[in-house]
Amino acid sequence: MLVRLSAAIAAAALLSSGALAQDAKPTDPQIAHIAYTAGVIDVTAAKQALDKSKNKDVKAFAADMVRDHEAVNKKALALVKKLKVTPEDNDTSRTLSKNAAAKLKELSALKGAAFDKAYVDNEVAYHKAVDGALETLLIPSAGNAELKSLLQTGLKIFQGHEQHAEHLAAELK
Amino acid sequence: MKPAGYFLIVAAAGLALSGIATLGSSVPAHAATVQITMRDLEIAPAAADAKVGDTIEWVNDDIFVHSATARNGDWDVTLPPNKTVRLVLKKAGAIDYYCRFHPNMKARLTISP
Repeated sequence: MLVRLSAAIAAAALLSSGALAQDAKPTDPQIAHIAYTAGVIDVTAAKQALDKSKNKDVKAFAADMVRDHEAVNKKALALVKKLKVTPEDNDTSRTLSKNAAAKLKELSALKGAAFDKAYVDNEVAYHKAVDGALETLLIPSAGNAELKSLLQTGLKIFQGHEQHAEHLAAELK
Repeated sequence: MKPAGYFLIVAAAGLALSGIATLGSSVPAHAATVQITMRDLEIAPAAADAKVGDTIEWVNDDIFVHSATARNGDWDVTLPPNKTVRLVLKKAGAIDYYCRFHPNMKARLTISP
């Protein structure tokens, strides 16, 4: 229930906030900003989990998140530099960051198994939302072929994360 | 660092030799190098054959860290992004292996004595 609710909120943040819902598809500089922001959010959440969790599996999952999302973002930075594109802040990025900050605060109040469950449930919801946005909005809207290809790689790896998070969530029950 | 084509030739020669060896001759089999690539979160080829003494050359073409981890615990090779790591095979067996970090990446290596 909690998962479904946060998934809905996250999806709403990605898909129906601000300019993106009404207006035409996002531009490449906006897409780059959204994708990068989404990655940073997950790395920050993972670092909080590495700091707070005592659960070996949760920590291993969080370490995977840091490693993979940092790898994608490093590549994204190199790409925007190469393409001379300046990522452009936008309502979707802002809403994502705002929601993530609230979630981080909410999780900081939890401990032990309660923290683990809330973190992993949110990871399931978050990856679902991000994967959905990549699939239906960001990848189809991307104009540059290299950007599109990086987003596709991102989608593939994040789908793996989603499965991993779901598996972990089932184990924590 | 030799070109990939070279290894394919060596691997093919190794297979040819192993074919001869099974006929009962005492021709010593030369150790071959078998190249396996991890690209776009997939292992190719997903099924490979090699012999004890051969070298497996795992090429990680991805921006992610991968591993080649044998399910039976025989080996666990970490593959940094965009790097190639070699392993000399010491034990025979049909080994299922996967990437520890991305468990959807699965493959099998059949190692004959």
